[in-house]
Amino acid sequence: MSVDAADVRRIAHLARISLDESRVEPMRAEINGILQWIEQLQEVNVEGVEPMTSVTPVKLKMRKDEVTDGGYPERVLKNAPQTEAGFFVVPKVVE
Amino acid sequence: MSDLTSLTLAEARDGLRGKKFSAGEIAEAHIVAVARAKALNAFVLETPERAREMAAASDARIAKGEAGPLEGIPLGIKDLFATEGVRTTACSKILGNFIPPYESSVTANLWRDGAVLLGKLNNDEFAMGSSNETSCFGPVQNPWRRRGSNAPLVPGGSSGGSATAVAAHLCLGATGTDTGGSIRQPAAFTGTVGIKPTYGRCSRWGIVAFASSLDQAGPFTRTVRDAAILLRSMSGHDTKDSTSVDIAVPDFEASVGKSIKGLKIGIPEEYRVDNMPPEIEKLWSDGAAWLKAAGAKLVDISLPHTKYALPAYYIVAPAEASSNLARYDGVRYGLREGSSSVTELYEKTRSAGFGHEVQRRVLIGTYVLSAGYYDAYYLRAQKVRTLIKRDFEEAFAKGVDAILTPATPSSAFAIGEKGNDPVEMYLNDIFTVTVNMAGLPGISVPGGLDGNGLPLGLQLIGRPFDEETLFAAGEVIEQSAGRMKLPEPWW
Repeated sequence: MSVDAADVRRIAHLARISLDESRVEPMRAEINGILQWIEQLQEVNVEGVEPMTSVTPVKLKMRKDEVTDGGYPERVLKNAPQTEAGFFVVPKVVE
Repeated sequence: MSDLTSLTLAEARDGLRGKKFSAGEIAEAHIVAVARAKALNAFVLETPERAREMAAASDARIAKGEAGPLEGIPLGIKDLFATEGVRTTACSKILGNFIPPYESSVTANLWRDGAVLLGKLNNDEFAMGSSNETSCFGPVQNPWRRRGSNAPLVPGGSSGGSATAVAAHLCLGATGTDTGGSIRQPAAFTGTVGIKPTYGRCSRWGIVAFASSLDQAGPFTRTVRDAAILLRSMSGHDTKDSTSVDIAVPDFEASVGKSIKGLKIGIPEEYRVDNMPPEIEKLWSDGAAWLKAAGAKLVDISLPHTKYALPAYYIVAPAEASSNLARYDGVRYGLREGSSSVTELYEKTRSAGFGHEVQRRVLIGTYVLSAGYYDAYYLRAQKVRTLIKRDFEEAFAKGVDAILTPATPSSAFAIGEKGNDPVEMYLNDIFTVTVNMAGLPGISVPGGLDGNGLPLGLQLIGRPFDEETLFAAGEVIEQSAGRMKLPEPWW
């Protein structure tokens, strides 16, 4: 499988990364180089093989559903580029 | 280098306890060494004041007889570990001046045991790289150079700053993280010891996430014993990371020097790759001969899916990275490129903040997870991963205790030498990435020098949660090869 310029623009938009038009072609070539190399996985017989979901056979622990942390909005907001009245600020999203 | 920076971690620990020198003195010696080594670009942030305060507190505890296992030991910390009140960037512009209001669990364990923070270490951006050239702070130089040449070499990556800092005697040990070889490859390139423990041995909480099912923290040191000491402090269950395993942490140091008589060491034929340099072949057979001479039994084994580990990794790791890196949106922390639309704000911020390698991996990850491609790529890669793990399980079921391989397919290369073809750079991790895919522990120990006088590393792969065998066999390699004589400072 390979990607064309339109695919690259679509993926970049899905990933929320703006790509200058001048970067589309080099990116397409690099991605296709990697996809081509990955293609060798097609020769592996994976019939009846379960996909891995966890490398260690460890059962996740259960704990009480209770608050164990939090209650310090000023620390949460400390690194934010823009805040107001205890909130993160973003451009207007609702008309 | 002064005498105090040439000590091993174990020697420094014992000297501090015996009051031969103070934590303040040992910290000062390293602060001076770090300040003199700017040309190496190993540190992205130096914290001399914090080091002096922590060392003074260590001296007070030593005086009261309350010394912890790492009391007064100066360490460097990879800039992927969140350190409370100390800038943490993952060497990405997108994190900007992020000052964590919390401490990663691994570093919290180190400070609990008395260690001293010298500063934050350079790495590939978000740990994506094998040469430390993708860092937004610029490349790190390897303290090693080819005989008769001044060409700057890479220290490997992604934990390049950690490897260089330890090799150049700027700290007694350092933390690293290893997603596909990011501890073991730079350790091999710099003549240091690095271990990636079993997945789940160390908490990932507070470590900037790259590929969560593969990421694992581990130490860099100058001896196998030192690695055992440091790993013990880093390890342990943490309720904040559900994948950290709740089992006892052994006294790893007790395994160093233990006999390996009767151990079965597997030699996997699939690691004998095409065009393998004769020096790597020799390193490998030397390693096997040393283990045999110490009483181990060598057995040929087969790990048939080895060659598929790297391509499968380059589906799984970017897929997980594209999800993990979704959080860098210009809203909650780090860089923000302003715009009147929120989508454009995201797109501009992420375009300006992520470097090229990171952007490419996020795009590949997005592609392989996108509608219509998930089964062909991601699902197939996870099935291949099951097969890779099964290969190891079958070898271990036949009684193999550990597996010996070269750590890397070559010695350190020059800065800028492998810039053009991403796949060529990825091939650096061909011997290390299988271990992450299967969640196993792997250690890299210096095994000798190549024709250019550059260090080469041997890798030992162990059963899950059996790091102890790796320390025992690693010590045999270190004793047989002789402690690596590290370069004299030219910086």
